[in-house]
Amino acid sequence: MASSRNISLSRCVDRVTGGVLALFALVSGGTVLLLLWNLFAGAWPAIEAGRLGAFFTDAKWQPGSQRDPQFGMVTMLAGSALVTVLAVALALPVGLASAIFHRFYAPPLLARWNRRIMELLIGVPSVIFGFWGLMVVVPAILRIAPGTPGQSLLAGGVVLALMILPLIALTSQAALQAVPSSLLQAAAGLGLGRARTIVSVALPAARGGITTGVFLGLARALGETMAVVLVCGNIPQIPGSLFDPIRPITSTIALEMGYATASHKALLFCAGLVLMLCTALLVGWISFRKNAANPGIGGA
Amino acid sequence: MITHPIRRSPSKGLDLAIALAGAFAALLSFFLFGWLVWDLVRLGLPKLSWSFFSGEVEDAGRGGGIAPILVSTLGILACCLGLAIPLGTGCAIWLSEFVRRGSAWARLVASGVDLLAGVPSIVFGLFGMVFFAQTLGLGFSILSGGLTLACMILPLLVRTTLTALESLPADLRPAAAGLGLSKTTTTFRLLLPAALPGIVIGITLGVGRALSETAALLFTSGYSTRMPESFSDSGRALSVHIYDLALNVANGSAMASSSALVLLALILLVNSAAVALSEHWLRRRSSAS
Repeated sequence: MASSRNISLSRCVDRVTGGVLALFALVSGGTVLLLLWNLFAGAWPAIEAGRLGAFFTDAKWQPGSQRDPQFGMVTMLAGSALVTVLAVALALPVGLASAIFHRFYAPPLLARWNRRIMELLIGVPSVIFGFWGLMVVVPAILRIAPGTPGQSLLAGGVVLALMILPLIALTSQAALQAVPSSLLQAAAGLGLGRARTIVSVALPAARGGITTGVFLGLARALGETMAVVLVCGNIPQIPGSLFDPIRPITSTIALEMGYATASHKALLFCAGLVLMLCTALLVGWISFRKNAANPGIGGA
Repeated sequence: MITHPIRRSPSKGLDLAIALAGAFAALLSFFLFGWLVWDLVRLGLPKLSWSFFSGEVEDAGRGGGIAPILVSTLGILACCLGLAIPLGTGCAIWLSEFVRRGSAWARLVASGVDLLAGVPSIVFGLFGMVFFAQTLGLGFSILSGGLTLACMILPLLVRTTLTALESLPADLRPAAAGLGLSKTTTTFRLLLPAALPGIVIGITLGVGRALSETAALLFTSGYSTRMPESFSDSGRALSVHIYDLALNVANGSAMASSSALVLLALILLVNSAAVALSEHWLRRRSSAS
């Protein structure tokens, strides 16, 4: 009798534990809904006033102007897109080459230290990259191209590239490491040299993982604020050259939220929504491809 | 190994080219990061002294020290971990032990957490400002900032705890059930202690992320440089201090360098702890099996 009561008691305890944990899980999973709801609520005054169209049709961004308020976001969207693509274009060759070196050429000790240092660097705060960019990269650009402002698309791209380099290098390393050694042995058996094996066997086999790294890098660079706000010059314009200042969306929010009044604030929330949509698309694309590659994982 | 004599020479040349390019890329990344660290040390070290760590912020940060900043940073971190650890671990335990894998609810929660992981930090800042500071009435405070960061590192904690639980030997659970242990006992007395190393690594990484975050704190924990007296006071985190000195304060770069050096040292310390822990853990597991 006692034991059956124990069993029913422990079932009861299990049910309570399960309930509490389920609550924690719902809160964790629901946070993103809460976040979206609050963003929408913040952006609603601007959506209601029909300003969304003006995002794309107005030429300039001067939301606070009394005489001629304009809400064009195209310059900032272009700024974000350009600086992000530039960063990945700079970081990918370097990261990929160092990953190939790590996997196929480096002696084990060097490879281990290379990996360890990359793992440490992936956590360096973006504000430190931004600050260093302001102190070192911007003056360097001024020396190369005197007469330009220095704070520019190029400065932002270089600083962001440095920031996402460890991410791209590490994901490429992992992708190359995951290529089955039977494949490499088969290539050797066919008489392919090391270089041929890398170019025609390892890289194609690791393409999926490398692409995931590129998308992660794009998402990280697009959502980055601190590294760009300090070095990009923050002038909302379509840059004519690499040396022109730009202003990404993230910088706009960081710079203007402090003093924005009601309707201006709502516009910045719209900008936040746009930003979130873009990164969600990038991240969603990654998990979509992952699920397509190995279905049945069940999201977890 | 038999190679065709005609194919050999171009392949050797390619091999050398790839090797050189790879070595150059690896060296370049080492060099750039060495440069960054060297610059921070060169610019920041001269100002570091005991009074830098113990002094009040003076003259908008151009003089004095960073004592209130450090206290605020620790306060934000405490609030962040206080919410994120129970929530994240609880969520991961539920996903791994209490719900059928692949069920609709599990998938919904997991994708919610995954979506959260992709949100840019400045958007977390907007959310924290509206929800914690305004709707919940916490104002620009250490508490608002910490809770915002908790939402930000939550996916990381869920993911690492989940991985730790899932990599436990599969026969632990049926063995415990065979002994008549309840699920609650099994989870909290058996599985969690066994998964603790992985959970601790996750928390360490979370601390690193929280320490390095700036954008999410700009409009949640505020800019005040006074020594905070409670969690409801506004307080400036170390990363925000660097940002403000670099962007808004003329001649602030010397103090910004010193603060950046302190932050970098903290982050490297925390992250090397995580790396060392995970290597130690991996070695112990591989020697055990």
